[in-house]
Amino acid sequence: MAVTVRIPTVLRKHTDGQATVEGTGGTVTELFDDLAGRHEGLTQAITDDEGGLAGFINVYLNDEDIRFLDGPRTEVRDGDELALLPAVAGGSRRGVMAGGSG
Amino acid sequence: MLARDIVDAIGRTPLVLLGRLSPPGYEIYLKLEGHNPTGSIKDRVAKYLIDAAERAGLLHPGARILEPTSGNTGIALAAICAPRGYKLTCVMPENTSEERTQILALYGVDIVYSPATEGSNGSVRVAREMAAADTGVFMPFQYANPANPQAHFETTGPEILADLPDLSAFVAGLGTGGTVTGVGRRLKAHDPDIKVFAAEPEYGDLVYGLRNLDEGYVPEVLDQSVLDGRIKVDSLKALTATRALAAQEGIFAGVSTGASLAVALRVCDPRRLPQGSKVVAVSPDGGWKYLSTGAYSAGDPEEIARGLSTTLWA
Repeated sequence: MAVTVRIPTVLRKHTDGQATVEGTGGTVTELFDDLAGRHEGLTQAITDDEGGLAGFINVYLNDEDIRFLDGPRTEVRDGDELALLPAVAGGSRRGVMAGGSG
Repeated sequence: MLARDIVDAIGRTPLVLLGRLSPPGYEIYLKLEGHNPTGSIKDRVAKYLIDAAERAGLLHPGARILEPTSGNTGIALAAICAPRGYKLTCVMPENTSEERTQILALYGVDIVYSPATEGSNGSVRVAREMAAADTGVFMPFQYANPANPQAHFETTGPEILADLPDLSAFVAGLGTGGTVTGVGRRLKAHDPDIKVFAAEPEYGDLVYGLRNLDEGYVPEVLDQSVLDGRIKVDSLKALTATRALAAQEGIFAGVSTGASLAVALRVCDPRRLPQGSKVVAVSPDGGWKYLSTGAYSAGDPEEIARGLSTTLWA
């Protein structure tokens, strides 16, 4: 068992075209580190230099935006689904990193 | 309800208990915004956008107005603009429903289409480019205009509190962010312990397309600090809840209502809200404008949802 990670079309160049990949780790950060070893460029595309989430990408654990859980430190368990989705109107990580978009 | 004109008939919508769909120990109430004059919650926003512009002296008979919209805001603006002699142009993604196009045409609105693959971001981009190139046009711009959340702070929020002052949680869909921000601020001013959840529509791969991750857009009116959670809902879950609402409660609603209802059902959990909690969810519109999408047709919901996932249903 592992965590299923859903990959948006724009990032599938890092996963040989696969729409989902699997990874392991106790937290979202550890999961991303695990993915970085097997899918070149994927983790760099979704994280910034400080280990936060980069660009207009939203990360959902079992449908819940992780920023309202514990962010990159959110715990993940076998069988969970992590989804990466490009932000459409309605927000993104960048707004949160900047302390709100208001 | 006696009204001086159609604008005067906006708001004061029913808040209906979902006695059959509420989980044991919880009460879910649905605010039926489809009861507004043009059939959606956007009547409130359009009234505030136009009132603010008139107060600022930005409008006169013959004025031209431009707005990016997935449809409901355009229709609501059109109903106010047509009688007042304002000429409205709407920029809409080409994959919004056919009904919206027909209604806008009835009001004499000019429609400019933005690429389906860019979703609502695309209509914002195109409208901004058009406004930048044409100084004679006024763009209310609901995504950044404080009149948008203000409409909900001053009308939607107080109506909910008047009907149900002891609510524990509020759920609304995420589009411009105006509803969650305006209602959320009003509810938390009343009781900071009230939880606010956003239901975010999740579309199929086609809608997200090859969106560049560096070119997203965050609406200025969205105040994320008011949110306690943000939960995505895919087309199938939204459709399933929408159909259950008709079958079990007799309410015919648009698909985004199902998304908010799905989140309301999810948060009725003792780990999140104590037993006895009352949850208010917003139904932004009725189902009429989505008939052509096949959302309500007989058939396999999974197959219908697959078709729906390429349409902007919220």
